Amino acid sequence: MSERPLVAATGLTKVYPRRRSTAEFRAVDGIDFEVQRGEAFGLLGPNGAGKSTTMRMIAATSPISGGSLRVLGMDPMRQGPEIRSRLGVVTQDDCLDNELTVRENLHIYGRYFSLPRAVIRERVTRLLGFAQLEEKAGDQVETLSGGMRRRLTIARSLINEPDILLLDEPTTGLDPQARHILWDRLFRLKQEGVTLILTTHYMDEAEQLCDRLVVVDHGRIVAHGSPRDLITRYATRDVLELRFRLDERDTAAEKLRTSPLATGGNDTDGRVELLPDRVLVYAADGEAALSTVHAMSLTPLTALVRRATLEDVFLKLTGRSLIE
Amino acid sequence: MLRSFGYWITLYRRTWRGSIVINVLNPLLFLIGVGAGLGSLVDDNAPTQIAGVTYAAFFAPGMLAAAAMQNAFLEGSAGVARAAGFGAYRGATPTPLKPEQLAAGHLLFIAFRVLIASGAFIVVMAAFGLIGGWWALGALLGATLTGVAFAAPAAAWAVGVRKLRHIDTVFRFVIMPLYMFSGTFFAVSQLPEWIRPVSYVLPLWHGVELCRTLSLGTATIIGSSVHVIYLLALAVGGFLVARITYRRRLHP
Repeated sequence: MSERPLVAATGLTKVYPRRRSTAEFRAVDGIDFEVQRGEAFGLLGPNGAGKSTTMRMIAATSPISGGSLRVLGMDPMRQGPEIRSRLGVVTQDDCLDNELTVRENLHIYGRYFSLPRAVIRERVTRLLGFAQLEEKAGDQVETLSGGMRRRLTIARSLINEPDILLLDEPTTGLDPQARHILWDRLFRLKQEGVTLILTTHYMDEAEQLCDRLVVVDHGRIVAHGSPRDLITRYATRDVLELRFRLDERDTAAEKLRTSPLATGGNDTDGRVELLPDRVLVYAADGEAALSTVHAMSLTPLTALVRRATLEDVFLKLTGRSLIE
Repeated sequence: MLRSFGYWITLYRRTWRGSIVINVLNPLLFLIGVGAGLGSLVDDNAPTQIAGVTYAAFFAPGMLAAAAMQNAFLEGSAGVARAAGFGAYRGATPTPLKPEQLAAGHLLFIAFRVLIASGAFIVVMAAFGLIGGWWALGALLGATLTGVAFAAPAAAWAVGVRKLRHIDTVFRFVIMPLYMFSGTFFAVSQLPEWIRPVSYVLPLWHGVELCRTLSLGTATIIGSSVHVIYLLALAVGGFLVARITYRRRLHP
């Protein structure tokens, strides 16, 4: 027996009408997806792909322009407040109140959800522990670091014990250490069975957190599956990254493109991508590919063999890299 | 609405002491400076020119209404634009609160602020012997209504404003001139005849007249009703438009 999905979108579309200075813009152009209870679902794509707009429509804070959308079995157009009362939302900018303390920020939020004061007090204590901010409880938010602010934003979004947690680029702008702490917190939530929907343009983030994801570009879904699935389907196991001296780059790239490295295999195995700063060689065995390069008497400045990532999937699907 | 109002009160709890001091000092300085200083000049040279009372008694309620307008406009425009751009509204948008509830809560808070500031103003007026009795309560409500009549349309407009300098412009070219043509510092009857009809449609004139007649004890039922209805219409109309503009900005 399969449960009803928490979120179901069919042909979901968002069109921003023409304004004085901007043309009509189809931010989301007919996308279909479902999110099941307990899973971590990701929207991966470059800036402007329509991720945030999709999130806002799910969060019932942006009316849909076309298609259909059900969230928790309800219609976001008519039951917005009911839906919002059961969601947790972490927006891209924190929107915390700098003049208030950490505890006051959480308390105010609880009041927005009409929670009784005693319930809020109990949850605030628990959430401060979860966000590792107990010692900062009485401090003004202004004094927090970027990582702490994000953790507070996530704690705040959990005040109503939501059925679904929406995270819009949760770790953008954080340093690596802060990102890892945050991932750890999100992973805990996942373990506790909280359904996560997140957008990101970091492939490592998607690989770390998402059970299943869709790759979006120009408001459309270009691929969907688990991170592992997508990598095996659209990339090779290994990627060889080569950098050449500027004056040798074009001839080297040309040689590689006509070599067995580019033509040897099928669609995904054996492919050469030329990027502005480097050449990527997709191969099942990166070390073997590097030997082939050396045998062609090419002398790259640097050569790196790595595992394929979602970045490579995106490049394969769109011909562009994720972060431009 | 009360949930959103509660937010602003929480914020206010941190700053109320300072703001009360300003609320008292401001009218004190104005009444000493303009009322006593300029007033002695006016009273010595042109007695009985203005409504047959001292200049201070004439000027104080005008200033009461104008200050209510200014405070309410600034909070209703700059305060709202900030809240919509990167402040409180952004944080509250994903919660069950509706945009119109955010508008109503913020306007309620502005009304509360104007009420406190006007109350302080009236206390200072009473200390100078410029107002007394139940009339003072009427003037307090009149000033608060004047404030809301400006705050609601200002909020309806400002929620969509993305550049704060537009608010400066409106303040300079719309709000400041209102002081001059609404009988704040001198009676409208002293303006050239052709300009007076303009004054009579200005919202601040209705606020000033309402507060002044209540303060001087010359209010009539019909006169005050006209002023109240005019100001109420602005407040209600402003809020009805704000319901639409808030939704447009916060639920794009």
